[in-house]
Amino acid sequence: MTIANFIDMAFLVFLGITAFAILKLRALFAVVMLSSVFSLVSAGLLVHLDAVDVAFTEAAVGAGISTVLMLATLALTARREKAPTRTHAVPLIVVFLTGLALVYGTLDMPRFGDPQAPVHTHVAPKYINDTEKEIGMPNIVTAVLASYRGFDTLGEVTVIFTAGIGVLLLLAASIREPDGLRIQTMDHHLVLRVVTKVLIGPILLFALYVQFHGDYGPGGGFQAGVIFAAAFIIYALVFGLENARAAVPGQAVRVLVACGVLLYGGVGVVSFLFGENYLNYSVLGSTQVSGQHLGIILVEFGVGLTVAAVMVSTFYAFAGQNPPIGDEDW
Amino acid sequence: MGGSDFLGLFNYWIVIVLMMLGLYTVVSRGNLVKKIIGLNIFQTSVFLLYISMGKVAGGTAPILTGDPKEVYSNPLPHVLILTAIVVGVATTALGLALVVRIKNAYDSIEEDEIQAADDEMEFGVEPAAKDGPP
Amino acid sequence: MIAAHLPILQVVIPLIAAPLSVFCRRPALAWWLAMLVSVVSLYISIALLDRVLDQGTLSYVLGNWAAPWGIEYRIDAANAIVLLIISGISTAVLPYTRVSIAKEVEAHNQGLFYTCYLLCFTGLLGMVITGDAFNAFVFLEISSLSTYVLVALGARQDRRALTAAYTYLIMGTIGATFFVIGVGLLYMMTGTLNMADLAQRIPAIGANRTLVVAFAFIVTGIGLKLALFPMHLWLPNAYAFAPSAVTVFLAATATKAAVYLLLRFLFTVFGTDFHIFGPALSYLLLPLAVLAMFAASTVAIFQVDIKRMLAYSSIAQLGYMVLGISLGTVTGLTAAIIHLFNHALMKGALFMALGAVVYRFGGAGIDQMRGLGRLMPWTMAAFVVGGLSLIGVPLTVGFISKWYLIAGALESGLWPLAILVVASSLLAVIYIWRVVEAAYLDEPAAGATAGEAPAALLIPTWMLVGANVYFGIDAGLTTHVAEQAAHVLLGSAT
Repeated sequence: MTIANFIDMAFLVFLGITAFAILKLRALFAVVMLSSVFSLVSAGLLVHLDAVDVAFTEAAVGAGISTVLMLATLALTARREKAPTRTHAVPLIVVFLTGLALVYGTLDMPRFGDPQAPVHTHVAPKYINDTEKEIGMPNIVTAVLASYRGFDTLGEVTVIFTAGIGVLLLLAASIREPDGLRIQTMDHHLVLRVVTKVLIGPILLFALYVQFHGDYGPGGGFQAGVIFAAAFIIYALVFGLENARAAVPGQAVRVLVACGVLLYGGVGVVSFLFGENYLNYSVLGSTQVSGQHLGIILVEFGVGLTVAAVMVSTFYAFAGQNPPIGDEDW
Repeated sequence: MGGSDFLGLFNYWIVIVLMMLGLYTVVSRGNLVKKIIGLNIFQTSVFLLYISMGKVAGGTAPILTGDPKEVYSNPLPHVLILTAIVVGVATTALGLALVVRIKNAYDSIEEDEIQAADDEMEFGVEPAAKDGPP
Repeated sequence: MIAAHLPILQVVIPLIAAPLSVFCRRPALAWWLAMLVSVVSLYISIALLDRVLDQGTLSYVLGNWAAPWGIEYRIDAANAIVLLIISGISTAVLPYTRVSIAKEVEAHNQGLFYTCYLLCFTGLLGMVITGDAFNAFVFLEISSLSTYVLVALGARQDRRALTAAYTYLIMGTIGATFFVIGVGLLYMMTGTLNMADLAQRIPAIGANRTLVVAFAFIVTGIGLKLALFPMHLWLPNAYAFAPSAVTVFLAATATKAAVYLLLRFLFTVFGTDFHIFGPALSYLLLPLAVLAMFAASTVAIFQVDIKRMLAYSSIAQLGYMVLGISLGTVTGLTAAIIHLFNHALMKGALFMALGAVVYRFGGAGIDQMRGLGRLMPWTMAAFVVGGLSLIGVPLTVGFISKWYLIAGALESGLWPLAILVVASSLLAVIYIWRVVEAAYLDEPAAGATAGEAPAALLIPTWMLVGANVYFGIDAGLTTHVAEQAAHVLLGSAT
């Protein structure tokens, strides 16, 4: 057993313990924190499995945004789970049988890491070999995501758009308009106030870096959008929702949510005007490679725009609900 | 099934255990927020399964380094899982928004209490209760 | 030039219209945009069906990347007809929606309602038209997420819409994740996601445990979305508590798209040669279909809320479709696909009639139905014709479906099944008669004064009722297309 196998096993066992604790604990705050730990450790495991872009996204989205939304929900709902009253025989049996079926299914699978597995010999080699000359960027994942399978990514942006619209439809009615000292801010804590002010600039810069450097290294629209939103969220948390809403009004965010999807869809429409199929970026430049580059930058920007706007708007919707929580109430 | 087979499959089996822990949390627990967290665990474990199948022994991340003899892990599962992660967070956001609304309407986020309130309304007192105050 | 791009325009037009509708200040403007998109999509789907019947399978590669490296859209008779159903129902429902939603959804939400509606429309179209397994998942989720929100919008009338939406979200996401697991296992064994490519590579692998488990997970995942018995628990509440127009749209389209996906994976991707194909159909799908037909119809008889009753009836009707699929013959598949089309018309008309009752009375329980024959004669007449179609009376589309289903059962030598089909139709007679009896033979509740439904609600209802009768008398087009689709799915020559 090599070191790599040992590290894999260690990660997975740790994840297993965390998942079990999540199942058993009834203090919901602890459960949410553990789920954040689960996401972060998964991200570590994903790096070990060579999936750096995915690890980045999992860390930002799973350990970041999901945790923020869950904590916001806890603040509005409950602190503890009720003790279970009924027996869980039927769910246990169903889950056990499902697990057994899956284990049965693994018996004929190619072994972990096998380079001759069908997945590595059929479609993937062309991506690895031809990305350099057809798209001209080092990050193959971005090339596949934004160009070869670009339509899936358009679907993905639409999914995020749907979630943003959905949260607005569900929660907008119960958002209270600010009236003076409605929400307690945290800017009376010196450390929080100073560190936040220092961090917001670098966070925004880093988001821009991740956005545009996604062609060359891990990164891209999703990760950048989430990091960009994080800067606004931390500002809102420390200095108050009213100040954040004054800086970036809800209406403006709503417009930006739509603009990202329109940008992505619009790039595809431009391909029509040149007589090519939808989302063929080659027509956007004088050579195929330059066209692909431009197309990918534009669509990734559209993705980043919508993701950032949806995250901010969702946070506004959750944070704007009543009742407000002071620190002592936790 | 030899020793290397066992190691080759062990990864998948532990991921399956994680998936089942997540799925069990969803179906057995009555607290609405916990169900969503369980759903997240289930989905994240499925992502680990996909990424495990993309790993090539001795490979590296699929970012071209310029070395012609470099072995890269498969980029396609990564692309699929990036999409799936986003779908997962979209579902979580909508689910949590629904939980907040349910809390406003029923004053509880435990499934059995909500069911009891609905049963009482359906078989007990009429008329149908409206949503909480806007 | 546009003609070459019709396949992608079918999805891209609603997809771009959705964010555009966010900019519409007034709900009326958003409605006009949705209506325009719906009509254009209907035109495109008719053009596509025409072309498919003429030229055979169409293919469109996105980004000009050849499949399986890029995503491919493949259209044959099986999905062309489903595209037509979805866009046709949408065009019929939108005029209805304008008035119905204005009453049932809060004023400030009405604009974004149409955004959500367009997203659901996009998702359903995208899921049906694609030839890539993972792309199907992405658009399935677009349609599902927007559906959860649309259902929850019924909370203004009844807070149980929220719990219905939540349950639907949990069950739907489990189903989608099972589907992803199945697709992942398929990918692991073949290395591809393109459905046509999968269809070629799976037979080459032969008997393989991973493929069997992949099959199981994909069928289970789609089954959850399809409300296949016993995974139907989310449907009655979701249909009962959603806004009336949403129920009409969902009942007529969402489950049909899932049935199509099942057909596509069973017959095209895995194929009839897959070693557990026969047993899966005969020993799994067939019994579940029969159970759905009887159990759901029986439960429907005891429902007080008529919307709930029709929801259980839908589960039974889906049982008929799965029965047709499980026969695995040309006639069986033809029956299933014809019923796909006909059920959309039937349930569309019935739920529209109910929606008119909800509009006037605020609810659709058996009490509200008393004396309705006199108070709302046109609405009740529409309900009666829809009910007759559901039972399968000659001259309505229901009769055509039942005819083919019985013919398919007899052809396969399974005459007990034919008897079961007739028996469950008798159950439908019972629950339809309950409503008809209350409407025509009972006195209206004291103080009930509401008049006939507004024209905006009646006209779309009667259009669907008319379609019920028209396609019942002249079923040539639907049977021709369904037979084409069945042949394509079974891979046999026409």
